[in-house]
Amino acid sequence: MSKLALYRLIQGIPVLLVVVTVTFFLIRAAPGGPFDAERTLPPEVVKNLEQRYNLDAPVAEQFFDYLGNLLRGDFGPSFRYPNRSVNELIASGLPITFELALYAILVAVIIGLAVGMLASIKPNSLQDYLPMSLAMIGICMPAFLLGPVLVLVFGIWLEWLPVSGWGYSPGDKILPAVTLGFAYAAYIARLTRGGMLEVLNQDFIRTARAKGLSTRRILFKHALRGGLSPVVAFLGPAIAGLLTGSFVVETIFQIPGLGRFYVQAAFNRDYTMIMGTTILLSCLIVLLNILSDLIAAWMNPRIRGAR
Amino acid sequence: MSIVIAPADPAAEPQPGRSLWKDAWFRLKKNRLAMFGLWTMLLLIGLSILTPWIAPYGYETQDLALGAAPPSLSHWLGTDTLGRDLLTRLLYGGRVSLLVGFAATAVSLVVGVLWGTIAGYVGGVVDALMMRIVDMLYALPFMIFVILLMVVFGQSFVLLFLAIGLVEWLTMARIVRGQVQSLSRQEFISAAVVMGLSDSQIIKRHVVPNVLGPVMVYITLTIPAVMLFEAFLSFLGLGVQPPQSSWGVLIANGVETMEEYPWLLIFPGIALSVTLFALNFLGDGLRDALDPKSVEQNRIE
Repeated sequence: MSKLALYRLIQGIPVLLVVVTVTFFLIRAAPGGPFDAERTLPPEVVKNLEQRYNLDAPVAEQFFDYLGNLLRGDFGPSFRYPNRSVNELIASGLPITFELALYAILVAVIIGLAVGMLASIKPNSLQDYLPMSLAMIGICMPAFLLGPVLVLVFGIWLEWLPVSGWGYSPGDKILPAVTLGFAYAAYIARLTRGGMLEVLNQDFIRTARAKGLSTRRILFKHALRGGLSPVVAFLGPAIAGLLTGSFVVETIFQIPGLGRFYVQAAFNRDYTMIMGTTILLSCLIVLLNILSDLIAAWMNPRIRGAR
Repeated sequence: MSIVIAPADPAAEPQPGRSLWKDAWFRLKKNRLAMFGLWTMLLLIGLSILTPWIAPYGYETQDLALGAAPPSLSHWLGTDTLGRDLLTRLLYGGRVSLLVGFAATAVSLVVGVLWGTIAGYVGGVVDALMMRIVDMLYALPFMIFVILLMVVFGQSFVLLFLAIGLVEWLTMARIVRGQVQSLSRQEFISAAVVMGLSDSQIIKRHVVPNVLGPVMVYITLTIPAVMLFEAFLSFLGLGVQPPQSSWGVLIANGVETMEEYPWLLIFPGIALSVTLFALNFLGDGLRDALDPKSVEQNRIE
C-alpha cells in the first residue's frame, strides 16, 4: 500500500513539472507586457518595474528563479495589485474556496447517497424513476444556469435566501453550496444506485436475508460498503471538478474565493496571479487524484495488485 | 435506457446476414429517448443551417422604443433590453454553439484517431511512449489550461474550438488504441495477414469498420461536453466575444437582467439544457445499440 502511494506520488512529479513549465512559457509568449496597457512610462520606471518582476534576466534564468521561488512557496508579486503578493491573494481566497467545496461535497454526498439508496431499494418503480429523472436534469443543467435559476426562485421571487455574499448574512452559503454540489449529487445518486443494485443481487445478500437480518441492517451494513466503491472512485475527480466549478459559482454569488480571483486575473491579464493560481490548482488536482486512487485501492483490494 | 431483449422466438431473432449497422439502427429505433435525441439534433442542425432565411428579424435589428418586452405574438420569445428579438438571437447563438461543438469535436476526432491508431497498430515502444504521454496529459487540469490559452492568445473563435478540441482528444486516443490493439490480436486479422493483404487494405477493410462504432458513440458524447464547455467559458466572458453570440453569452446576459426580464434567462437556458439532454440520450442510446453486450451493464447503472 505504501509502495503504491510512493509510486503514485513519484508519478505526479513530472506532471507538475510539465504544468509549471508550460504555464511559465505560455505566459511569457503572451503578446504585450503587463504594464504597457495604459500609457508609455519613462524608461527608468520600466526598468525598475522589470527589475521588480525579474523580467530583465534571460528567460532561462527567469524560469529557474521562478522554480526556485516556487519550491520555497513564493509565487511572487501580483502584476495588478503591486502592493500585494500572489501569496496574500491566494491565502485570502483559498480558505473560502475550500469551505465552499466542503459544503458542496456534503450536499453532494448526503443527497446523492440518500437518493441513490432510495432508488435502489425498489428499482423500476416510481420511487426509482422520479428521483433518477431529477438526477438526469441535474447532470444536464450546468451550474451557471442552475445558480441564477435558484437565485431567481429562492432569492428574488420567494425571498427565502440571500442572493449573494459569503458569511455576511445567515443562509447566504446555502445557495452557492447547492449550486456547486447539485450536479455531483446527481452523479453520486446514479453511481450509488448502480453499485447498490449490483451488490443487492449477490448471494451474500440473499444469505443475510435468509439469516433473518433486517432490511436496514442489510442495506447499511452489507450492501453500502460494496455499493460505495464507485462513489469513492468518483470523488477524487469530482473534487477537482468542484475547484473549477467554483469559478462560476464564486462569480455568480460574488464570493471572494480563489475561483473568482482566477477569473478576474484572466480578465485583467494579471500574469503572475494567473500563473500562481494555475500552478496551485493543478497541484491540488493532481494530489487529489492520487489520493482518490489510493482510497479506492484501500477499499478494494483487487485494485491493489494491478500496477 | 432499457432495451427489450427479444425472447427466444426464432422469428424475432436478428436474421443472418443483417449487417452490424442495420442491426444497430433496429435497436436504436426501439429506444424512444435516443430517437427523441436524434430528432432534436436533426431539428437543431436544420434550424441552424436555415437561420438566415427563417429568423423573423435581423440579428442586429433594434427596436429601442419597444425595449425589453415579454413574449408576444410579434416576438414569440420576447425582446432584450435593446428591443432585439430573442428568438432571432437564440437561432444565431445556437449556430455558434453548435458550430463550436462540431468543430472542436472534429479536431479531437482527427488527432485522437490518428494518435490511437498509430499507437495501437505499431505497438511496442512507440505505443508505450505515446500512451504514457496521454496518461500524463490526462493528469493535467485542462479546463484551466484552456482558459490560460484563451487569455494568452486572445479570445478568437478559431482558437476556442482548437483549444477545446486539443483537450478532448485524449479519451478518443485511448478508445481507438484499445480497439485497434484488441482487433489486431483477433483471428480474422491474422487470417487477413496470412492471405497476404497489405497493411492499408487491412486497416481500410477490417480495422476502420470495427473501430467506427465506439468512435461514433464517443463523438455524440463529446459534442454536448464541448458545447457545455463553450457555454461555461462564454458565461465567464472568456469564450465567444460580441458581436458574436452563443447560448452561453445569452445566458450570461440574461443573468444580468433576470430580476426584471426573466425570459431573457429562461429561454436560452431551456435551449441549452434541452440540447445537452437530447445529445446525451442519443449518445447513451447509440452505445447500447452498437454494443449490445454493454446493455446488461447499463441497465444496472
